[in-house]
Amino acid sequence: MLLAQDGIATGAIYALVALGIVLVFLVTRVIFVPFGDLVAYASLSLAALEENRRPGLIWLVLLLAGLAFLTEALTLLRAGHARLLPRAVLLYLLLPALPCAVAYVITPMDVPDLLRIVVTLALVLPTAPLLYRIAFRPIADAPVLVLLIVAVVVHFAMTGIALLCFGPEGARPRPLTGAIFEIGDIIVSGQTLLMLGAAVAASIGLLVFFARTLTGRALRATAINRVGARIVGIRPGEAGTTAFLLAALLAGLSGLLIGPVTTLVYDSGFVIGLKSFVGAIIGGLVSYPGAALGAVAIGLLESFTAFYDSAFKEVVVFAGLVPVLIIRSLLQGQAVEDAEEEL
Amino acid sequence: MSALLEARDVHVAYGRVEAVRGVSLSLPAGQIVTVIGPNGAGKTTLLAALAGLLPSRGQVIYDGRDLAGTDVEDRVEAGLCLVPESRELFADMSVEDNLLLGGWRMRRDKAAIASGFAEVYERFPRLAERRRQLAGTLSGGERQMLALGRALMGKPRLLMLDEPSLGLAPLIVREIFHTIADLRGTGVSILLVEQNARAALESADYGYVLETGEITLSGPADELLHDPRVAATYLGGHT
Ligand SMILES: Nc1ncnc2c1ncn2[C@@H]1O[C@H](COP(=O)(O)OP(=O)(O)OP(=O)(O)O)[C@@H](O)[C@H]1O
Ligand SMILES: [Mg+2]
Repeated sequence: MLLAQDGIATGAIYALVALGIVLVFLVTRVIFVPFGDLVAYASLSLAALEENRRPGLIWLVLLLAGLAFLTEALTLLRAGHARLLPRAVLLYLLLPALPCAVAYVITPMDVPDLLRIVVTLALVLPTAPLLYRIAFRPIADAPVLVLLIVAVVVHFAMTGIALLCFGPEGARPRPLTGAIFEIGDIIVSGQTLLMLGAAVAASIGLLVFFARTLTGRALRATAINRVGARIVGIRPGEAGTTAFLLAALLAGLSGLLIGPVTTLVYDSGFVIGLKSFVGAIIGGLVSYPGAALGAVAIGLLESFTAFYDSAFKEVVVFAGLVPVLIIRSLLQGQAVEDAEEEL
Repeated sequence: MSALLEARDVHVAYGRVEAVRGVSLSLPAGQIVTVIGPNGAGKTTLLAALAGLLPSRGQVIYDGRDLAGTDVEDRVEAGLCLVPESRELFADMSVEDNLLLGGWRMRRDKAAIASGFAEVYERFPRLAERRRQLAGTLSGGERQMLALGRALMGKPRLLMLDEPSLGLAPLIVREIFHTIADLRGTGVSILLVEQNARAALESADYGYVLETGEITLSGPADELLHDPRVAATYLGGHT
């Protein structure tokens, strides 16, 4: 029972990350490999703030902002749109610098935990859209495979920079809540409930966003038909930025929630991202509920194998992917091919 | 001159093959201008270039402004809207959502969206009946209506229609051309590409004949209708 609980809680986190992966993939066709990294950055940053150390994420965001601004400025100048430069300064320099400045200032201060959490989220938010601007928007129409390769390259670059910014030590933020609940004879920690609750809330939030808001519909439209979106005036680049922003929010949330449970270091996000990706693949990579369920299944599988022999935990999870992929391709090889055709 | 759209010596190429070779045409505000021609003449290519979907050489002037360096989205923003031959509907979304997104350019104007819905549903009651249905499950005719309706939601000033009657039953073809004539009455200018040359020329003010990427003939639509060269090739012999 405890194992199932543990598995579902971890699975909930994987589900959050998997939702982000699917979202970004559907809108931009990018399999965002560095996504898991953001989870670790969020956790490390919160831990740093709690210990009154400056989070390395500040420098990372500033670096990305500078690069993104250069990319944007060059594009604008080459197209002869110099008058749009002030807007670029605002969007790509000032806006991302804002949470950095706040984080810088509050580091030595004794501020409420909630403020630290909000600032951490605000620091994680710009990372994904900035990476999108630097690495993916310039090649938005490239084949999925090229985008994937670029994503892998970005991941390795990020890992290197993250080592410089965060250092090699792991850190663990305080649990968001220390509460323990007893339901019948089952003991549940508040943190577990929080993880579950956040995953459910984020899923419902996404559902409402896509079904009810105009921006959500525009994102879906871009995912379904890019040309169709363009001829009604929706810019795929802006839709992509929104998708990456939402994904960063999901990654940030996951990092805050999983951080107190597992010690993360600068590069441990990769495995989280990979497991979530496997979950998303089990769900077909194009379905939000599918991805969420797949991710929870991975969490459970992992928790049960870890109990029998923790050395095998990763092996089983990734080996589990093989039969799933085979079954999937047998069941709906046709559908998958059709989907790829459309891409 | 009060041309809303003017193309001057426009060239469009796929790789090294030129599909449109030096086309010039002019569309006076408030009129219907049609481009007819055989399969593969370059009509779709021409419209895609005018909409900004394909890069082109030459000059395109819209509303007195050179469109060089203006992307598709900015052209839509300025009221230059395309209904492409391939329709490009949002297949997995409902009819209503497709229409709503058609009004993207008007998104800050709630009243315009509401009146857009009212207008489209009045023109195409079939769409109103099927508002919750997914666009991908519509019949061919309903899809054309939806594509046209989606473009109308953006309140275009210039509507470029690529074969709006493609593959439709005669009764619906008549309905579509009726709608086109009606739109002209409301002040929308229309650039109409058609295989159905007779219907196109009957509803248009001016016509161009495009053959292998070049304009071979042009004139007021009713003159073209009675031109023996057009009659022989595009109107199925005499009458
Ligand atoms: N993506 C493409 N790549 C290469 N050649 C193309 C492409 N699209 C069209 N062509 C070629 O350009 C020429 C013009 O095609 P286009 O689709 O513009 O003709 P059309 O006049 O619209 O024909 P139809 O009446 O059949 O729709 C054709 O010879 C076609 O083969
Ligand atoms: Mg065509």
